[in-house]
Amino acid sequence: MTFSADTRFHRQLFVFNGLLPAVLILIDGWRGKLGANPVEFVTRATGVLTLVFLILTLLVTPLRKMYGWNWLLKQRRLLGLYAFFYGFAHLLTYLAYDRDWQLGTVIGDVYKRPFIAIGMFSFLLMVPLAVTSTNAMIKKLGGPRWAQLHRLTYYITIGGVLHYWIIVKSDVTYPFFFAVVLAVLLGWRVVASIKKARGAAPRAS
Amino acid sequence: MKDRSHIPSSEVTPEETFLNRRFFMKSAIWAGSTLATAGLYRTFSPRPEVANTGAAIATVAEPALQTTLAADEKVNSFTDIAGYNNYYEFSTDKSAVAAKAKNFVTDPWSVQVGGLVQKPRTFDLADLLKFESVERTYRFRCVEGWSMVIPWVGFPLSKLLSQVEPLSSATHVAFETYYDIKQMPDSRYAGIDLPYVEGLRLDEAMHPLTLLATGLYGKTLPNQNGAPVRLVVPWKYGFKSIKSVVKITLMDREPPTTWSLANPGEYGFYSNVNPKVDHPRWSQAHERRIGEMGSRPTLMFNGYAEQVTHLYKGMDLSVDF
Repeated sequence: MTFSADTRFHRQLFVFNGLLPAVLILIDGWRGKLGANPVEFVTRATGVLTLVFLILTLLVTPLRKMYGWNWLLKQRRLLGLYAFFYGFAHLLTYLAYDRDWQLGTVIGDVYKRPFIAIGMFSFLLMVPLAVTSTNAMIKKLGGPRWAQLHRLTYYITIGGVLHYWIIVKSDVTYPFFFAVVLAVLLGWRVVASIKKARGAAPRAS
Repeated sequence: MKDRSHIPSSEVTPEETFLNRRFFMKSAIWAGSTLATAGLYRTFSPRPEVANTGAAIATVAEPALQTTLAADEKVNSFTDIAGYNNYYEFSTDKSAVAAKAKNFVTDPWSVQVGGLVQKPRTFDLADLLKFESVERTYRFRCVEGWSMVIPWVGFPLSKLLSQVEPLSSATHVAFETYYDIKQMPDSRYAGIDLPYVEGLRLDEAMHPLTLLATGLYGKTLPNQNGAPVRLVVPWKYGFKSIKSVVKITLMDREPPTTWSLANPGEYGFYSNVNPKVDHPRWSQAHERRIGEMGSRPTLMFNGYAEQVTHLYKGMDLSVDF
Protein backbone atom coordinates (compact mmCIF):
# COMPACT_ATOMS: atom_id res chain seq x y z
CA MET A 1 0.00 0.00 0.00
CA THR A 2 1.37 3.41 -0.93
CA PHE A 3 1.40 6.35 1.47
CA SER A 4 -1.44 8.19 -0.26
CA ALA A 5 -3.71 5.11 -0.03
CA ASP A 6 -3.07 4.44 3.66
CA THR A 7 -6.13 6.25 5.00
CA ARG A 8 -5.95 4.57 8.39
CA PHE A 9 -2.43 5.89 8.91
CA HIS A 10 -3.47 9.42 7.86
CA ARG A 11 -6.36 9.34 10.28
CA GLN A 12 -4.16 8.23 13.19
CA LEU A 13 -1.56 10.86 12.33
CA PHE A 14 -4.10 13.70 12.10
CA VAL A 15 -6.05 12.66 15.21
CA PHE A 16 -2.84 12.49 17.23
CA ASN A 17 -1.29 15.76 16.06
CA GLY A 18 -4.55 17.64 16.40
CA LEU A 19 -4.97 16.50 19.98
CA LEU A 20 -1.31 17.00 20.92
CA PRO A 21 -1.51 20.77 21.64
CA ALA A 22 -4.50 20.22 23.94
CA VAL A 23 -2.63 17.46 25.76
CA LEU A 24 0.47 19.64 26.12
CA ILE A 25 -1.62 22.51 27.49
CA LEU A 26 -3.18 20.15 30.04
CA ILE A 27 0.22 18.74 31.06
CA ASP A 28 1.72 22.24 31.39
CA GLY A 29 -1.34 23.32 33.37
CA TRP A 30 -1.02 20.32 35.68
CA ARG A 31 2.65 21.13 36.28
CA GLY A 32 1.85 24.83 36.80
CA LYS A 33 3.98 25.80 33.80
CA LEU A 34 1.57 28.02 31.91
CA GLY A 35 3.32 31.23 32.95
CA ALA A 36 2.19 34.03 35.24
CA ASN A 37 -1.23 34.34 33.63
CA PRO A 38 -2.43 30.84 32.66
CA VAL A 39 -5.95 32.02 31.82
CA GLU A 40 -4.62 34.52 29.29
CA PHE A 41 -2.32 31.91 27.76
CA VAL A 42 -5.02 29.24 27.41
CA THR A 43 -7.46 31.77 25.96
CA ARG A 44 -4.92 32.91 23.39
CA ALA A 45 -3.63 29.42 22.57
CA THR A 46 -7.10 27.95 21.97
CA GLY A 47 -8.04 30.97 19.85
CA VAL A 48 -4.92 30.69 17.71
CA LEU A 49 -5.38 26.91 17.37
CA THR A 50 -8.93 27.49 16.11
CA LEU A 51 -7.55 29.76 13.40
CA VAL A 52 -4.76 27.30 12.57
CA PHE A 53 -7.23 24.46 11.98
CA LEU A 54 -9.58 26.69 9.98
CA ILE A 55 -6.64 27.66 7.75
CA LEU A 56 -5.65 23.98 7.40
CA THR A 57 -9.13 23.06 6.16
CA LEU A 58 -8.86 25.84 3.58
CA LEU A 59 -5.46 24.52 2.51
CA VAL A 60 -6.84 21.13 1.46
CA THR A 61 -8.38 22.13 -1.87
CA PRO A 62 -5.37 24.10 -3.20
CA LEU A 63 -3.03 21.24 -2.23
CA ARG A 64 -5.26 18.70 -3.97
CA LYS A 65 -5.51 20.76 -7.14
CA MET A 66 -1.88 21.77 -7.29
CA TYR A 67 -0.19 18.55 -6.19
CA GLY A 68 -2.92 15.96 -6.61
CA TRP A 69 -2.92 15.14 -2.89
CA ASN A 70 -6.48 13.88 -3.03
CA TRP A 71 -6.02 11.72 0.06
CA LEU A 72 -6.18 14.95 2.13
CA LEU A 73 -9.90 15.26 1.40
CA LYS A 74 -10.68 12.32 3.67
CA GLN A 75 -9.11 14.18 6.62
CA ARG A 76 -10.68 17.58 6.00
CA ARG A 77 -13.74 17.07 8.17
CA LEU A 78 -11.45 16.00 11.01
CA LEU A 79 -9.50 19.26 10.65
CA GLY A 80 -12.78 21.17 10.73
CA LEU A 81 -13.88 19.33 13.85
CA TYR A 82 -10.61 20.26 15.52
CA ALA A 83 -11.28 23.92 14.65
CA PHE A 84 -14.67 23.51 16.33
CA PHE A 85 -13.12 21.73 19.32
CA TYR A 86 -10.55 24.49 19.96
CA GLY A 87 -13.15 27.17 19.22
CA PHE A 88 -15.41 25.63 21.84
CA ALA A 89 -12.54 25.49 24.36
CA HIS A 90 -11.84 29.17 23.56
CA LEU A 91 -15.50 30.02 24.20
CA LEU A 92 -15.39 28.11 27.51
CA THR A 93 -12.37 30.11 28.74
CA TYR A 94 -14.30 33.28 27.92
CA LEU A 95 -17.46 32.12 29.72
CA ALA A 96 -15.55 30.80 32.73
CA TYR A 97 -12.96 33.51 33.27
CA ASP A 98 -14.08 36.63 31.43
CA ARG A 99 -17.76 36.20 32.37
CA ASP A 100 -17.35 34.18 35.60
CA TRP A 101 -20.21 31.94 34.36
CA GLN A 102 -22.63 34.90 34.53
CA LEU A 103 -24.22 33.76 31.27
CA GLY A 104 -26.82 36.52 31.43
CA THR A 105 -24.10 39.11 30.86
CA VAL A 106 -23.00 37.56 27.56
CA ILE A 107 -25.70 39.24 25.47
CA GLY A 108 -24.82 42.66 26.84
CA ASP A 109 -21.15 41.96 26.22
CA VAL A 110 -21.81 40.94 22.62
CA TYR A 111 -23.71 44.17 22.13
CA LYS A 112 -21.01 46.28 23.77
CA ARG A 113 -17.84 44.83 22.30
CA PRO A 114 -17.66 44.36 18.52
CA PHE A 115 -14.82 41.85 18.67
CA ILE A 116 -16.83 39.63 21.01
CA ALA A 117 -19.79 39.86 18.63
CA ILE A 118 -17.61 38.86 15.65
CA GLY A 119 -16.03 35.98 17.56
CA MET A 120 -19.36 34.72 18.87
CA PHE A 121 -21.00 34.95 15.45
CA SER A 122 -18.12 33.06 13.84
CA PHE A 123 -18.35 30.34 16.47
CA LEU A 124 -22.12 30.01 16.03
CA LEU A 125 -21.59 29.56 12.28
CA MET A 126 -19.30 26.61 13.07
CA VAL A 127 -22.08 24.78 14.94
CA PRO A 128 -24.12 23.69 11.89
CA LEU A 129 -20.90 22.63 10.16
CA ALA A 130 -19.90 20.45 13.10
CA VAL A 131 -23.40 18.97 13.31
CA THR A 132 -23.41 18.08 9.59
CA SER A 133 -19.94 16.57 9.61
CA THR A 134 -21.12 12.93 9.57
CA ASN A 135 -21.45 10.69 6.50
CA ALA A 136 -25.17 10.32 7.21
CA MET A 137 -25.65 14.10 7.12
CA ILE A 138 -23.79 14.40 3.81
CA LYS A 139 -26.11 11.79 2.36
CA LYS A 140 -29.17 13.46 3.82
CA LEU A 141 -28.26 16.93 2.53
CA GLY A 142 -26.84 15.73 -0.76
CA GLY A 143 -23.28 16.50 -1.85
CA PRO A 144 -23.75 19.89 -3.56
CA ARG A 145 -25.95 21.34 -0.81
CA TRP A 146 -23.56 20.05 1.84
CA ALA A 147 -20.60 21.63 0.02
CA GLN A 148 -22.47 24.91 -0.30
CA LEU A 149 -23.25 24.96 3.44
CA HIS A 150 -19.64 24.23 4.29
CA ARG A 151 -18.44 27.21 2.28
CA LEU A 152 -19.44 29.11 5.43
CA THR A 153 -15.89 28.24 6.47
CA TYR A 154 -14.70 31.24 4.39
CA TYR A 155 -16.79 33.66 6.45
CA ILE A 156 -15.96 31.91 9.73
CA THR A 157 -12.23 32.26 9.07
CA ILE A 158 -12.52 35.90 7.99
CA GLY A 159 -14.48 36.55 11.20
CA GLY A 160 -11.85 34.74 13.25
CA VAL A 161 -8.95 36.74 11.82
CA LEU A 162 -10.89 40.01 12.28
CA HIS A 163 -11.69 39.04 15.90
CA TYR A 164 -7.96 38.49 16.54
CA TRP A 165 -6.92 41.70 14.78
CA ILE A 166 -9.27 43.89 16.83
CA ILE A 167 -8.24 42.56 20.25
CA VAL A 168 -4.46 43.10 20.03
CA LYS A 169 -3.35 46.38 21.57
CA SER A 170 -0.87 47.56 18.94
CA ASP A 171 1.36 44.77 17.64
CA VAL A 172 -0.62 43.20 14.76
CA THR A 173 2.19 40.91 13.54
CA TYR A 174 0.38 37.61 14.20
CA PRO A 175 -3.08 38.67 13.03
CA PHE A 176 -1.41 40.12 9.94
CA PHE A 177 0.26 36.77 9.25
CA PHE A 178 -3.10 34.98 9.44
CA ALA A 179 -4.71 37.65 7.25
CA VAL A 180 -2.06 37.23 4.54
CA VAL A 181 -2.37 33.43 4.53
CA LEU A 182 -6.15 33.67 4.41
CA ALA A 183 -6.00 36.23 1.58
CA VAL A 184 -3.75 33.90 -0.44
CA LEU A 185 -6.05 30.92 0.13
CA LEU A 186 -9.20 32.86 -0.78
CA GLY A 187 -7.42 34.59 -3.68
CA TRP A 188 -6.42 31.21 -5.09
CA ARG A 189 -10.08 30.22 -5.13
CA VAL A 190 -11.11 33.40 -6.92
CA VAL A 191 -8.45 32.85 -9.58
CA ALA A 192 -9.39 29.18 -9.89
CA SER A 193 -13.07 29.99 -10.37
CA ILE A 194 -12.26 32.60 -13.02
CA LYS A 195 -10.13 30.06 -14.87
CA LYS A 196 -12.93 27.54 -14.56
CA ALA A 197 -15.44 30.01 -15.97
CA ARG A 198 -13.16 30.40 -18.98
CA GLY A 199 -13.32 26.65 -19.43
CA ALA A 200 -9.91 25.84 -18.07
CA ALA A 201 -8.86 23.72 -15.08
CA PRO A 202 -8.46 23.71 -12.10
CA ARG A 203 -11.82 23.60 -10.43
CA ALA A 204 -12.40 25.41 -7.16
CA SER A 205 -14.44 24.05 -4.31
CA MET B 1 14.92 -30.56 8.02
CA LYS B 2 12.12 -28.35 6.75
CA ASP B 3 11.39 -28.32 3.10
CA ARG B 4 11.43 -24.71 1.98
CA SER B 5 11.68 -25.42 -1.70
CA HIS B 6 8.19 -23.96 -2.39
CA ILE B 7 9.08 -20.56 -0.91
CA PRO B 8 12.02 -19.29 -2.84
CA SER B 9 14.08 -17.07 -0.57
CA SER B 10 14.36 -14.55 -3.38
CA GLU B 11 10.67 -13.68 -2.80
CA VAL B 12 10.68 -13.54 1.01
CA THR B 13 13.53 -11.12 1.44
CA PRO B 14 12.21 -8.31 -0.75
CA GLU B 15 8.88 -8.33 1.11
CA GLU B 16 10.63 -8.05 4.46
CA THR B 17 12.74 -5.20 3.22
CA PHE B 18 9.61 -3.57 1.89
CA LEU B 19 7.80 -3.91 5.24
CA ASN B 20 10.83 -2.72 7.14
CA ARG B 21 11.13 0.30 4.94
CA ARG B 22 7.43 1.05 5.40
CA PHE B 23 7.77 0.66 9.15
CA PHE B 24 10.78 2.97 9.10
CA MET B 25 8.98 5.58 6.98
CA LYS B 26 5.90 5.51 9.20
CA SER B 27 7.99 5.85 12.33
CA ALA B 28 9.86 8.76 10.81
CA ILE B 29 6.60 10.52 9.91
CA TRP B 30 5.23 9.89 13.41
CA ALA B 31 8.36 11.23 15.07
CA GLY B 32 8.74 14.16 12.67
CA SER B 33 5.14 15.33 12.95
CA THR B 34 5.12 14.94 16.73
CA LEU B 35 8.33 16.92 17.07
CA ALA B 36 7.00 19.62 14.73
CA THR B 37 3.68 19.97 16.53
CA ALA B 38 5.19 19.88 20.02
CA GLY B 39 8.01 22.20 18.91
CA LEU B 40 5.56 24.76 17.54
CA TYR B 41 3.62 24.63 20.79
CA ARG B 42 6.80 25.09 22.83
CA THR B 43 7.85 28.09 20.73
CA PHE B 44 4.71 29.92 21.74
CA SER B 45 4.26 28.68 25.30
CA PRO B 46 5.61 30.82 28.16
CA ARG B 47 8.80 29.60 29.81
CA PRO B 48 10.53 32.59 31.42
CA GLU B 49 13.51 31.70 33.58
CA VAL B 50 14.37 34.56 35.90
CA ALA B 51 16.63 34.93 38.91
CA ASN B 52 16.95 37.85 41.28
CA THR B 53 20.60 38.69 40.57
CA GLY B 54 20.47 42.41 41.36
CA ALA B 55 22.60 44.17 43.97
CA ALA B 56 21.07 44.63 47.42
CA ILE B 57 19.71 48.12 48.26
CA ALA B 58 19.61 49.30 51.86
CA THR B 59 16.26 50.74 52.91
CA VAL B 60 14.90 52.67 55.87
CA ALA B 61 11.68 51.51 57.48
CA GLU B 62 8.35 53.37 57.22
CA PRO B 63 6.16 51.14 59.42
CA ALA B 64 3.30 53.59 59.81
CA LEU B 65 2.86 54.11 56.06
CA GLN B 66 3.46 50.56 54.86
CA THR B 67 0.58 48.95 56.78
CA THR B 68 -1.95 51.04 54.85
CA LEU B 69 -0.69 50.40 51.30
CA ALA B 70 -1.44 46.77 50.43
CA ALA B 71 -2.45 45.50 53.85
CA ASP B 72 -2.59 41.71 54.30
CA GLU B 73 -2.44 41.05 50.55
CA LYS B 74 -0.19 38.29 49.31
CA VAL B 75 2.90 39.64 47.56
CA ASN B 76 3.54 38.16 44.11
CA SER B 77 6.53 35.91 43.55
CA PHE B 78 9.69 37.29 41.99
CA THR B 79 9.17 34.89 39.06
CA ASP B 80 5.76 36.38 38.32
CA ILE B 81 6.94 39.97 38.70
CA ALA B 82 10.09 39.52 36.61
CA GLY B 83 8.69 36.98 34.13
CA TYR B 84 5.55 38.76 32.94
CA ASN B 85 6.24 42.27 31.66
CA ASN B 86 4.84 44.82 29.28
CA TYR B 87 7.94 46.39 27.78
CA TYR B 88 7.10 46.85 24.09
CA GLU B 89 10.63 48.00 23.19
CA PHE B 90 11.77 44.40 23.76
CA SER B 91 8.68 42.35 22.90
CA THR B 92 4.90 42.57 22.95
CA ASP B 93 4.88 39.04 24.40
CA LYS B 94 4.93 39.55 28.17
CA SER B 95 6.60 36.18 28.76
CA ALA B 96 9.37 36.90 26.25
CA VAL B 97 10.53 40.29 27.58
CA ALA B 98 12.83 38.91 30.30
CA ALA B 99 14.94 36.92 27.83
CA LYS B 100 15.06 39.70 25.23
CA ALA B 101 16.04 42.39 27.77
CA LYS B 102 18.79 40.23 29.25
CA ASN B 103 21.70 42.14 27.71
CA PHE B 104 20.21 45.63 27.97
CA VAL B 105 22.96 48.02 29.13
CA THR B 106 21.81 50.04 32.18
CA ASP B 107 25.16 51.16 33.50
CA PRO B 108 26.37 53.84 32.82
CA TRP B 109 23.03 55.65 32.98
CA SER B 110 21.96 59.25 33.32
CA VAL B 111 18.67 61.00 33.86
CA GLN B 112 18.39 64.52 32.51
CA VAL B 113 16.10 66.68 34.65
CA GLY B 114 15.23 70.07 33.19
CA GLY B 115 12.57 72.30 31.69
CA LEU B 116 10.87 74.79 34.00
CA VAL B 117 13.23 74.36 36.94
CA GLN B 118 15.59 76.59 38.89
CA LYS B 119 18.50 74.10 38.85
CA PRO B 120 18.51 71.73 35.88
CA ARG B 121 20.71 68.73 36.54
CA THR B 122 21.79 65.34 35.23
CA PHE B 123 21.66 62.48 37.71
CA ASP B 124 23.81 59.43 37.14
CA LEU B 125 23.09 56.03 38.63
CA ALA B 126 25.20 56.65 41.74
CA ASP B 127 23.34 59.94 42.38
CA LEU B 128 20.01 58.11 42.22
CA LEU B 129 21.13 55.38 44.59
CA LYS B 130 22.20 58.08 47.10
CA PHE B 131 18.57 59.01 47.79
CA GLU B 132 17.35 57.40 50.99
CA SER B 133 15.49 54.29 49.81
CA VAL B 134 12.30 52.87 51.21
CA GLU B 135 10.44 49.65 50.53
CA ARG B 136 6.83 50.12 49.38
CA THR B 137 4.53 47.22 48.64
CA TYR B 138 1.91 48.45 46.19
CA ARG B 139 -0.89 46.91 44.22
CA PHE B 140 -0.11 47.17 40.48
CA ARG B 141 -3.09 47.17 38.12
CA CYS B 142 -2.51 46.76 34.37
CA VAL B 143 -5.01 48.31 31.96
CA GLU B 144 -5.30 44.82 30.39
CA GLY B 145 -7.17 43.57 33.47
CA TRP B 146 -4.52 41.76 35.51
CA SER B 147 -2.84 42.87 38.72
CA MET B 148 0.02 42.03 41.08
CA VAL B 149 1.30 43.09 44.49
CA ILE B 150 4.91 44.25 44.19
CA PRO B 151 7.48 45.11 46.87
CA TRP B 152 9.22 48.09 45.23
CA VAL B 153 12.37 49.77 46.47
CA GLY B 154 12.84 53.43 45.66
CA PHE B 155 12.26 56.98 46.83
CA PRO B 156 9.47 59.53 46.40
CA LEU B 157 9.79 61.45 43.12
CA SER B 158 9.11 64.62 45.10
CA LYS B 159 12.57 64.33 46.67
CA LEU B 160 14.26 64.48 43.29
CA LEU B 161 11.98 67.25 42.01
CA SER B 162 12.59 69.42 45.04
CA GLN B 163 16.35 69.23 44.38
CA VAL B 164 15.90 70.84 40.95
CA GLU B 165 13.38 73.38 42.30
CA PRO B 166 10.43 73.60 39.86
CA LEU B 167 9.47 77.14 38.81
CA SER B 168 6.04 78.43 39.83
CA SER B 169 5.00 78.30 36.17
CA ALA B 170 5.50 74.50 36.04
CA THR B 171 2.22 72.54 36.07
CA HIS B 172 3.15 69.16 34.55
CA VAL B 173 6.03 66.68 34.38
CA ALA B 174 7.01 64.78 31.23
CA PHE B 175 9.00 61.52 31.28
CA GLU B 176 10.86 59.69 28.53
CA THR B 177 12.16 56.10 28.27
CA TYR B 178 15.58 55.22 26.85
CA TYR B 179 15.34 54.16 23.22
CA ASP B 180 17.93 52.50 21.01
CA ILE B 181 16.79 50.30 18.15
CA LYS B 182 20.14 48.47 18.19
CA GLN B 183 19.52 47.29 21.73
CA MET B 184 15.79 46.91 21.10
CA PRO B 185 15.49 45.39 17.61
CA ASP B 186 12.00 43.97 18.20
CA SER B 187 10.65 47.46 18.86
CA ARG B 188 9.91 47.54 15.11
CA TYR B 189 6.89 45.36 15.82
CA ALA B 190 5.67 47.34 18.84
CA GLY B 191 3.05 49.23 16.85
CA ILE B 192 3.54 52.36 18.99
CA ASP B 193 5.73 55.41 18.43
CA LEU B 194 8.98 55.35 20.40
CA PRO B 195 10.65 56.60 22.54
CA TYR B 196 7.92 55.93 25.06
CA VAL B 197 6.71 59.09 26.77
CA GLU B 198 4.48 59.64 29.79
CA GLY B 199 3.35 62.50 31.96
CA LEU B 200 1.80 63.55 35.25
CA ARG B 201 0.30 66.70 36.64
CA LEU B 202 2.80 68.32 39.02
CA ASP B 203 0.62 67.65 42.10
CA GLU B 204 0.40 63.97 41.10
CA ALA B 205 4.18 63.86 40.65
CA MET B 206 4.72 65.47 44.07
CA HIS B 207 2.32 63.07 45.81
CA PRO B 208 4.09 61.02 48.50
CA LEU B 209 2.91 57.72 46.97
CA THR B 210 4.59 58.49 43.61
CA LEU B 211 7.91 56.65 43.56
CA LEU B 212 11.02 56.53 41.48
CA ALA B 213 11.81 52.83 41.87
CA THR B 214 15.35 51.53 41.59
CA GLY B 215 14.62 48.01 42.83
CA LEU B 216 12.21 45.31 43.89
CA TYR B 217 12.42 42.49 46.38
CA GLY B 218 15.31 44.30 48.06
CA LYS B 219 17.58 44.34 45.01
CA THR B 220 18.21 46.56 41.99
CA LEU B 221 15.60 46.27 39.23
CA PRO B 222 15.75 43.46 36.67
CA ASN B 223 16.10 44.91 33.13
CA GLN B 224 12.63 43.72 32.13
CA ASN B 225 11.05 45.68 35.00
CA GLY B 226 12.52 48.98 33.81
CA ALA B 227 16.08 49.08 35.11
CA PRO B 228 17.78 51.07 36.36
CA VAL B 229 15.08 53.56 37.36
CA ARG B 230 11.35 53.70 36.69
CA LEU B 231 8.27 55.54 37.82
CA VAL B 232 5.64 53.87 40.01
CA VAL B 233 2.23 55.56 40.33
CA PRO B 234 0.15 52.95 42.17
CA TRP B 235 -3.30 54.49 41.66
CA LYS B 236 -2.95 54.64 37.86
CA TYR B 237 -2.89 51.89 35.22
CA GLY B 238 0.52 50.29 34.86
CA PHE B 239 1.43 51.94 31.55
CA LYS B 240 1.68 55.32 33.34
CA SER B 241 4.55 53.90 35.40
CA ILE B 242 7.15 54.50 32.70
CA LYS B 243 10.28 52.33 32.65
CA SER B 244 14.02 53.01 32.21
CA VAL B 245 13.65 56.80 32.51
CA VAL B 246 16.28 59.02 30.85
CA LYS B 247 14.52 62.38 30.83
CA ILE B 248 12.27 64.29 33.22
CA THR B 249 11.02 67.68 32.01
CA LEU B 250 8.91 70.21 33.93
CA MET B 251 6.35 71.90 31.66
CA ASP B 252 3.50 74.42 31.76
CA ARG B 253 1.07 72.23 29.77
CA GLU B 254 -0.11 68.63 29.54
CA PRO B 255 2.65 66.57 27.86
CA PRO B 256 1.84 64.01 25.15
CA THR B 257 1.70 60.37 26.34
CA THR B 258 2.43 57.32 24.19
CA TRP B 259 -0.78 55.32 24.56
CA SER B 260 -3.11 58.28 24.22
CA LEU B 261 -1.20 59.29 21.07
CA ALA B 262 -1.63 55.74 19.73
CA ASN B 263 -5.32 55.54 20.58
CA PRO B 264 -6.87 58.67 22.15
CA GLY B 265 -10.32 57.09 22.43
CA GLU B 266 -9.04 54.27 24.61
CA TYR B 267 -6.27 55.76 26.75
CA GLY B 268 -6.52 59.14 28.43
CA PHE B 269 -3.90 61.34 30.05
CA TYR B 270 -5.02 60.57 33.61
CA SER B 271 -5.63 56.81 33.30
CA ASN B 272 -6.55 56.48 36.95
CA VAL B 273 -7.64 52.97 37.94
CA ASN B 274 -11.41 53.26 37.90
CA PRO B 275 -13.82 50.29 37.98
CA LYS B 276 -16.65 52.52 36.79
CA VAL B 277 -15.02 53.67 33.55
CA ASP B 278 -14.58 50.77 31.13
CA HIS B 279 -11.98 50.44 28.43
CA PRO B 280 -13.94 50.41 25.14
CA ARG B 281 -12.86 46.81 24.45
CA TRP B 282 -13.06 45.32 27.94
CA SER B 283 -14.51 45.92 31.38
CA GLN B 284 -12.39 47.46 34.14
CA ALA B 285 -14.76 46.45 36.94
CA HIS B 286 -12.79 43.30 37.78
CA GLU B 287 -9.21 42.14 37.60
CA ARG B 288 -7.32 38.87 37.68
CA ARG B 289 -4.67 38.87 40.39
CA ILE B 290 -1.66 37.00 39.01
CA GLY B 291 -1.41 33.77 41.01
CA GLU B 292 -5.18 33.50 41.52
CA MET B 293 -7.67 31.82 39.20
CA GLY B 294 -10.84 33.74 39.98
CA SER B 295 -11.35 37.47 39.46
CA ARG B 296 -11.63 40.13 42.13
CA PRO B 297 -13.35 43.52 42.02
CA THR B 298 -11.12 46.42 41.00
CA LEU B 299 -10.89 49.14 43.65
CA MET B 300 -11.35 52.86 42.98
CA PHE B 301 -7.90 54.41 42.46
CA ASN B 302 -6.56 50.86 42.89
CA GLY B 303 -7.39 51.02 46.61
CA TYR B 304 -5.61 54.36 47.19
CA ALA B 305 -8.75 56.51 47.12
CA GLU B 306 -8.18 57.77 50.65
CA GLN B 307 -4.77 59.15 49.68
CA VAL B 308 -5.51 60.60 46.22
CA THR B 309 -9.21 61.42 45.74
CA HIS B 310 -8.59 65.07 46.69
CA LEU B 311 -6.38 65.49 43.60
CA TYR B 312 -9.40 65.08 41.33
CA LYS B 313 -12.02 67.09 43.21
CA GLY B 314 -14.62 68.56 40.87
CA MET B 315 -13.44 66.57 37.85
CA ASP B 316 -15.66 64.26 35.81
CA LEU B 317 -13.48 61.13 35.69
CA SER B 318 -15.49 59.61 32.83
CA VAL B 319 -14.46 62.62 30.71
CA ASP B 320 -10.92 62.94 32.09
CA PHE B 321 -10.31 59.18 31.98
